[in-house]
Parts: sequence; structure tokens; C-alpha cells
Amino acid sequence: MPIRTVMKANEAAAWAAKLAKPKVIAAFPITPSTLVPEKISEFVANGELDAEFIKVESEHSAISACVGASAAGVRTFTATASQGLALMHEILFIAAGMRLPIVIAVGNRALSAPINIWNDWQDTISERDTGWLQFYAENNQEALDLILIAYKVAEDERVLLPAMVGFDAFILTHTVEPVEIPDQELVDEFLGEYEPKHAYLDPKRPITQGTLAFPAHYMEARYKVWEANENARKVIDEVFAEFEKKFGRKYQKIEEYRTDDAEIIFVTMGSLAGTVKEYVDHLREKGVKAGAAKMTVYRPFPIEEVRELAKKAKVLALLEKNVTFSVGGALFQDFSRTLVNEKEKPVIVDFILGLGGRDVTFKDLDEALAIAQKALNGEEFDEVNWIGLRKEIL
Amino acid sequence: MAVRKPPVTTREYWAPGHAACAGCGCATALRLATKAFSEAMEEKYGDPDAFAIAQATGCMEVVSAVFPYTAWKAPWVHVAFENAAAVASGVEAAWKKKGLKGKILAIGGDGGTADIGMQALSGMLERWHNVVYLMYDNEAYMNTGIQRSSSTPYGAWTTTSPPGKYSIGEDKPKKWVALIAAAHQIPYVATASIGNPFDFVRKMKKAAKVDGPAFVQVHCTCPTGWKSPLEKGVEIARLAIETGVWPLFEIENGDFHNIKIQSPGGGAKVKREGGKIVAIEFKKPIEEYLKLQGRFKHLFKQPEAIDQLREQIKAMWKVLGVEVTLPKPEE
Ligand SMILES: Cc1ncc(C[n+]2csc(CCOP(=O)(O)OP(=O)(O)O)c2C)c(N)n1
Ligand code: SF4
Repeated sequence: MPIRTVMKANEAAAWAAKLAKPKVIAAFPITPSTLVPEKISEFVANGELDAEFIKVESEHSAISACVGASAAGVRTFTATASQGLALMHEILFIAAGMRLPIVIAVGNRALSAPINIWNDWQDTISERDTGWLQFYAENNQEALDLILIAYKVAEDERVLLPAMVGFDAFILTHTVEPVEIPDQELVDEFLGEYEPKHAYLDPKRPITQGTLAFPAHYMEARYKVWEANENARKVIDEVFAEFEKKFGRKYQKIEEYRTDDAEIIFVTMGSLAGTVKEYVDHLREKGVKAGAAKMTVYRPFPIEEVRELAKKAKVLALLEKNVTFSVGGALFQDFSRTLVNEKEKPVIVDFILGLGGRDVTFKDLDEALAIAQKALNGEEFDEVNWIGLRKEIL
Repeated sequence: MAVRKPPVTTREYWAPGHAACAGCGCATALRLATKAFSEAMEEKYGDPDAFAIAQATGCMEVVSAVFPYTAWKAPWVHVAFENAAAVASGVEAAWKKKGLKGKILAIGGDGGTADIGMQALSGMLERWHNVVYLMYDNEAYMNTGIQRSSSTPYGAWTTTSPPGKYSIGEDKPKKWVALIAAAHQIPYVATASIGNPFDFVRKMKKAAKVDGPAFVQVHCTCPTGWKSPLEKGVEIARLAIETGVWPLFEIENGDFHNIKIQSPGGGAKVKREGGKIVAIEFKKPIEEYLKLQGRFKHLFKQPEAIDQLREQIKAMWKVLGVEVTLPKPEE
């Protein structure tokens, strides 16, 4: 019987790791995800999780040890956030390039400077081009479920890529919510033992991993990472379907809410999706034809789903907690590019908000709505908008 | 007719066909190290192949693993420049969980060990992983074209420590990495040299057989970076020992009171007290070592720089508990 209880997203992530039974965990504490390695330490100390837990001296070594362990053919896990993830950056490319299905739980947190421990998505967004799969949780249940799903996708022979699961700092990491812990037997059936097909650091069948490639081979290796990301789209759908069958909870790459007759669709990720759904209800009561869409999967980018979504709206209002110093945020660029050659396409408006843990309130969303409505009515509007800025201190 | 047993196994793990420069002393070091490892594994676990290698970026990595070829007949993984020790930690943990018997060998150059990889190395040693870390010390970043590292000796030319009007070349003394490793109080730390291959093999075997972490720093020549004759690698390495430039010692369990200093040879006069070497009177001047290498050529125009180096070498020996006399060449 699954256990229904209440816990923080950090605990949910630790539980997911416990259920997935990684053989090696390597982690280093960073706010807001510190509780993840602490909880796992408890599991290991109590014999509830039979794993080697390497208490490394940095995140760089955490991910390096995971790469070593994964290269030796075992399931591995780590957790981090913000500066910790940034310190892993170099090795993230390597893990993907070496096709090692490591899973990282990330408590999404802003990056310095100024130092800030609160939520935005700049940390994982900055790693969007490393070749890692990226999932974003709306709530603590999703944090747990998506980690299990991430393993299943990552370890699929058609994919073999590492995956990160983001859940918002403090909004989820430190907030207690109802969570259902699935049965271990069901998880075992769902995930199975990780058995890499190739020999990994096996003295009886020695192979060389992490080689140097000249121009004659490098591009093909990168192509394989790209291809694996492409394959992941289909595999993710399959795994979502299997997960729903086993555990009864439905996941979609893009989850839609009241989009059927919507003129303006607000698109977002993570915990903000909850706020936005409520906001849409509130708008509907006022007769505004608004809908919401939540990106559960950001890498691989759900191209087809975005195109389908775009057919439903006149305006796509993107609400994103990150900035790129190109045009707007990362979502804006991905959405714009995905739709650029469509014959019929909605107007896309970008909203940068909630950085460094700033609350996103209905008042902020009203501000966004007003701009989106200008776009809807063919009036002049700004493509990229910073919402909730305190102009008086600028 | 009796067949003599070869002094070290004929098994090869670092196979011919790698792309190191002709005369590369580091390639020799790796070949010997893996042979020694194999012997140790055979003796300890009855399986000569019971090891895996995690290696840092550097010359020895790029010359041995160029896709689609490999010079490695052992399971081998390279991840990045600074993290061989951390990768080895992960491999060791995985082997433990899989119930595989054997030992992990981590390999890094002086840059990947003494500089950028120092933190990962310290973490690995302190966490007590069952790993032997081999630092092959060619005294500069060779892979990127001979830049100085913290292991570059005083006075040496490198592309980032060029001698000039205001420079004598590298202006800092060589870092004592083996002593830093020993400060972790690990079971075994040793310095070695390709100038004394039997000693090196013995030490690698010893390192591979201890339970827990071990660190071996092997001095190895790089004709390209040292601007030295291709065929004189072993001779130069031996001169480093015989002139006092490179001390050979072992430290067990971080016991600095019981550093096992070895006789340097080369006619040096060794004074012992209670079996321990307390003083060495070297017979060959360090100039004999320096003059075979283009990287020190400019020093001969500034003999006070060589004297400075002599002082640093004395200071190093003093830390090891040995008073040394370093002769000047006869005029
Ligand atoms: C983070 C990072 N910085 C710099 C480099 C470039 N780099 C590769 S190998 C190397 C020097 C290696 O020197 P060392 O460890 O002494 O080994 P050697 O090449 O002498 O064998 C450098 C600087 C790198 N690969 N990664
Ligand atoms: S540059 Fe030096 S260390 Fe590198 S392969 Fe050539 S001789 Fe060996």
C-alpha cells in the first residue's frame, strides 16, 4: 500500500532516491537542497538504503564521483542547487557526452551576485544546453514522481542521457505538502535494476571511456547526444503512460489547463503553475478567456506540444524566472524559434518575473495580463517585460 | 636451461602505439606503474587484472585515448583535468557496491594534481578511498605546450615563466606535494623516479597492496618540455636523484618522524643514526643535472640563481630531516 503522508520537496527527493535504489550517491550541501543529502544519510545510516554515500568536498567532486560510479555501471544520484550546479557545469557536458544516466535533484535557486538563496530557475536554465534532460516539478508529489520518471527515461537504451529534476527553492523545498510514497515493489517493477548493456570498467572486458576525439569524430559524438535527446521525446511519453498505469498519476510534457477556448494562454513551469492556474480561474470568473500551460519537460524541448498549444491561443504569455542576455528569457527564445515557420501563429509576449524569490502575486499577473491584452487587441506592446520591478530603487 | 624470471611482469596494460613523444619518461612511468599494479593485484587478489584506472586530462591522457583507438588494456576512464581523484572515488564506491575485488588507480600530471586537482585529491585521500593516486611529475603543463605549474622547479624556463631582463624563469620553489599528501595521514606516500625503475615498481606494488589511500609522486622526464636529449631521459632522472634535486622517500601513516629516506647513489656520502639517514654529502653538483636540459640553460649565465636553487633544495631536505651538502662544480 502506498503511504500517504506530508513532507517537504527535499524529503520527497530523498524518498525518490531511496525508492530508486542508487548504488552510489555523492553530494555536497547547499541551501535550499541540503536536506536531501541529510535525509539520504539517515536512510543509509539506518540501513534503509543500501548505497555508498560519498560525502565529497565539493559539488564538482560530487558530479565527478557520480560520473566515475556511473562509468563503472551503477545507478547514481546527487542533489544540488544554484552555485553548486554551476560548479558542476563542466562535468555536466561530460556526463551527457559519455551517455551516463545520472539523476540530479535541483532545488531551483538564483545565482550570485548578489548572493541569494531563494527561487528562480536560472541555475537549471543555464544548463539547458548541456545535453541533460530537464524536468520541472509543480509540487512535492511531482518532485518525487519525476525523479523516478527521470531514471526510467535516462536509462532507456534509446536515450542514455543524464537528467535533472528541478523543484522551486523554499516554495517547494521547505514547504510541507501531502505526498504519496509509492510501494517499493511497484517502483522496483517500474524501474528494475540498472543493468548497462556494455561492460563498464570491467577488468574482464576492459573498455576505454572518455576519450579524445579529433574533428573526424567529435561532431558525430555530439550528434548522438542530439539524437538521444530527440529520441527522449517519444520515450518520455511512453514512460509517462507507464507511470500513470502503475501509479495513477498522469504526466504530460505540457499540461494544459482551461486552454480549449482560450485567447490568452499563460505558459510557465514549476510551482508558479499552481498560482497561474488559480489566476486563470479568477480571470474566467471575470469572463476573460484565459488558459494556462505548464512545462513539465523543458529538455528535450517539447516541439510538437508547443506547436499544438500555439494553435489554441491568440497570445502566448510566457512567465519565466530566468533571463538570457539575448531576447528575453530562455522560454521566449525556444517558443519563438519553435513557432517561427508556422503559418498561423500566436503573438508571443515574454514576462520575466519572480527572480531571486520575489513573490509572484495576482497583481503581477494583472500587469502581465494588461500587456498580453494589448497584444491581443493589436495595440503596441513590449515583447519583453520585467514584472514586479521596484522602480523606486532602480 | 633455467629461464630467469623477468624483474617485472611481461604483461602490458599501456600498450605500444600510443602517441607520446619519442623518449617520453612519463610514458615509461605509466607502463611500469600498470605492470607493478598488475603484479600487486595478482599477489593480493589472485587476479592480475583486478584494477581500473581513472585519469586526468594531460599529456598521458591525450596520447593514449584518441578515438577510435586506445592504448589501454585495462578498464580506463577519463573525465576532466581536475577530477581524477573524485572520479576514482566514484569508481571505487561502485566497485565496492558491486562486490568487485581490486583497486583503483588514479593518474594525474603535476598540473592535474598539484594545482587544479588539489582539492579533489585532498578530498579523496581524506575520505579514505581505496585508491592509489599516481602523480606523474614532469614539472609543467606539457599538454598545453609547457606552462609552469606549482611543481615547476625554481629557475626553469616554461612558456609562462620565460627568463628575461626581469625574470630568471620560474621564481617560486617547487611545491612539496608528497608532504601535502602525507599530511592526510594516509597509509602510504612515496616519491619515485623513472631514474630508479626497480624502486618505482616496488613502491607502486606497495601502494597497491595497502588498504586505503596511497599517493606516489614519480619524477619523469619530458624531453619536449625540458629541452633535453630524447635518449637521456633515464640518465637525467637518475642525475636528479644523485645530485639531491629529487629525494626518494616513503612516509607511512603520516608519520613525519619516520620518513624513510633512501640513499641517492652517485657516490654520495650518507650518514646514518640508528639506521636513519640524517645527512648526505652529495658528490655530484646539481649543475650536472641542470646542464643536460635546455630549460635551465639561461641559469648558467646567472650562477647566483643556481645557488638560490641549491638553498631551496637544502631547505627541502631539512624538512625531510636530512642535512645535505651540495657541492659546487669545480672551476
Ligand atoms: C578546467 C581546465 N583548464 C584547463 C585545461 C587545459 N589543460 C589540459 S591538460 C593541461 C595541462 C596538463 O598538465 P599536467 O597535469 O601537468 O599534465 P601533462 O600535460 O604535463 O602531462 C591543461 C592546462 C583543461 N583541460 N581543463
Ligand atoms: S610533451 Fe613531454 S610528457 Fe608530453 S608526451 Fe611529449 S615527452 Fe611526454
